[in-house]
Amino acid sequence: MIEVTSITKRYGHTVAVDDLSFAVRPGMVTGFLGPNGAGKSTTMRLILGLDAPDSGDAIVNGKPYREHAAPLREVGALLEARSVHTGRSARDHLLALAQTHGIPRSRVDELIDMVGLHDVAKERVGGFSLGMGQRLGIAQALLGDPKTVMLDEPVNGLDPEGIQWVRHLLQGLAAEGRTVFVSSHLMSEMAQTAEHLIVIGRGRMIADTSVEQFLAGASKKVVRVRSPELQSLTEALTGADVTVTALEPPAAEVVGLTAEQIGDAAAARGIALHELTPIQASLEEAFMEVTQDALQFHSAEVEGARAEVEEMRA
Amino acid sequence: MSTASVAQVHGVTFTGVTRSEWTKLRSVRSSRWCLFLTALFVIAIGILVCLVNESRYPNLHHAFHPLDSSLVGVNLAQFAVGVLGVLTITAEYSTGMIRSSLCAVPKRLPVLWGKAAVFAVVTFVIGLPSVFIAFLVGQSILSGKHIQIAISHPGVLRALIGAALFLAVMGLLGLGLGAIIRTTAGGISALVAIVFVIPPILDLALPASWYNTISGYLPASAGGALWTINPASHTLAPWAGFAVFCAYAAVSLAVGAVLLRQRDV
Repeated sequence: MIEVTSITKRYGHTVAVDDLSFAVRPGMVTGFLGPNGAGKSTTMRLILGLDAPDSGDAIVNGKPYREHAAPLREVGALLEARSVHTGRSARDHLLALAQTHGIPRSRVDELIDMVGLHDVAKERVGGFSLGMGQRLGIAQALLGDPKTVMLDEPVNGLDPEGIQWVRHLLQGLAAEGRTVFVSSHLMSEMAQTAEHLIVIGRGRMIADTSVEQFLAGASKKVVRVRSPELQSLTEALTGADVTVTALEPPAAEVVGLTAEQIGDAAAARGIALHELTPIQASLEEAFMEVTQDALQFHSAEVEGARAEVEEMRA
Repeated sequence: MSTASVAQVHGVTFTGVTRSEWTKLRSVRSSRWCLFLTALFVIAIGILVCLVNESRYPNLHHAFHPLDSSLVGVNLAQFAVGVLGVLTITAEYSTGMIRSSLCAVPKRLPVLWGKAAVFAVVTFVIGLPSVFIAFLVGQSILSGKHIQIAISHPGVLRALIGAALFLAVMGLLGLGLGAIIRTTAGGISALVAIVFVIPPILDLALPASWYNTISGYLPASAGGALWTINPASHTLAPWAGFAVFCAYAAVSLAVGAVLLRQRDV
């Protein structure tokens, strides 16, 4: 369980996290979404106490992370940037962290095998590919058999097989009753892994909802139709907010009407339909829609700041 | 699946953190190199200088002293040890390892104390035999011309143990500076400035009477008092000087600790 209350973090004049509050519950995978620079990594660092918030607080399993007697037993984290000494072997890296908690060497070996690094465990981490680094990070996160797992972009750099593996791992951890909090900018990945979503943009909360509701809430509803009488159908589907976009004939996409409305309209005029498919907005599209404002605002602000600098130079 | 073998995960203990810091120190090539160089400098340079002095006899430099000849390598070894002290913590910042370390030990300070404890013990354990080897081999070379000094001579044993203590504390000074400055280049520069650069500048810049008053309290001079029985003028008494030197290291570690506690990583 992670509880974040009105947390704010500034770096100089930049507000990285702005009055953010949310809870991450055990027993399911919670996706943490936002465009790059939205403040996901900063939020995770604040939860771990690596950065101190300017206001607000973060509680993990009932206490601030720092106050736990066995922190690695509470939260296992994979951080965004590499957090490993490149000159050390994977095994020594994990061993050094394990020893702080008296975790036995056998646990280190078990995790190395589990993440598939057995053959390179004695090699320097500096020579690892991005994917191998992620596997090491995941082993590190699981070292203390934590109640809460917090992973920042875990599938970054993994091959399809690795992505599949992480997906099953996370769902397995959640099924065991753990709290699983995973950040990503890959919406499609979250659609397949997460049950709940926390979406932020520019450090502010955009949505805290189930994946289902998030998709349902996307305003744009598309229905694909195919008909030998597409011309007549198009004429039949009129309305203020209705647009019909012709695809490869005889198909078209209709926005602004439900499949039922289209079917009824076609039946009323005796128009044959060969396809009538409601297309759910992809998570990707839903995400773009809800974060667009934040992004636009951001680029406008950057433009403004840039113009100011230019002015000062002139 | 992952619950299998961790029936028992204990809390963070200082013993655990110390063991962890030992694993970190021994598992990185640069620290093994620095420790090897420390021993090499002490032994090889000490023996070399004794060989040179033995061959020059009786035309010895007026400042020749048999103990100083054996321990001259400590002057270079202190640099290797100091650099390793800096690296012990700055390498964690440059690689990002510090984030992993502080996630495991979020109270933070035990990490610094664990590093200090491991580092002091390791450098002393490597420094002490190196100093004795340099002394025993060097004196047996000098004995060819009967210009050696016996280990039983007053102050010699204290100087030999003192040289190893000096190296350990020099490493701690580096560790403290590294904890304050957090970058390798910055930490090493600060160490070199404090130990090697500032004293001669003060010598040039200050009136002689002022310089003579403070010179004994400068780090290298204060620490050096312990490992010679042939002190330069205005040098503090051996253990008093060493106490001053320890104070420098303690202050740098204390400031480093406060900043470690406060800063974002």
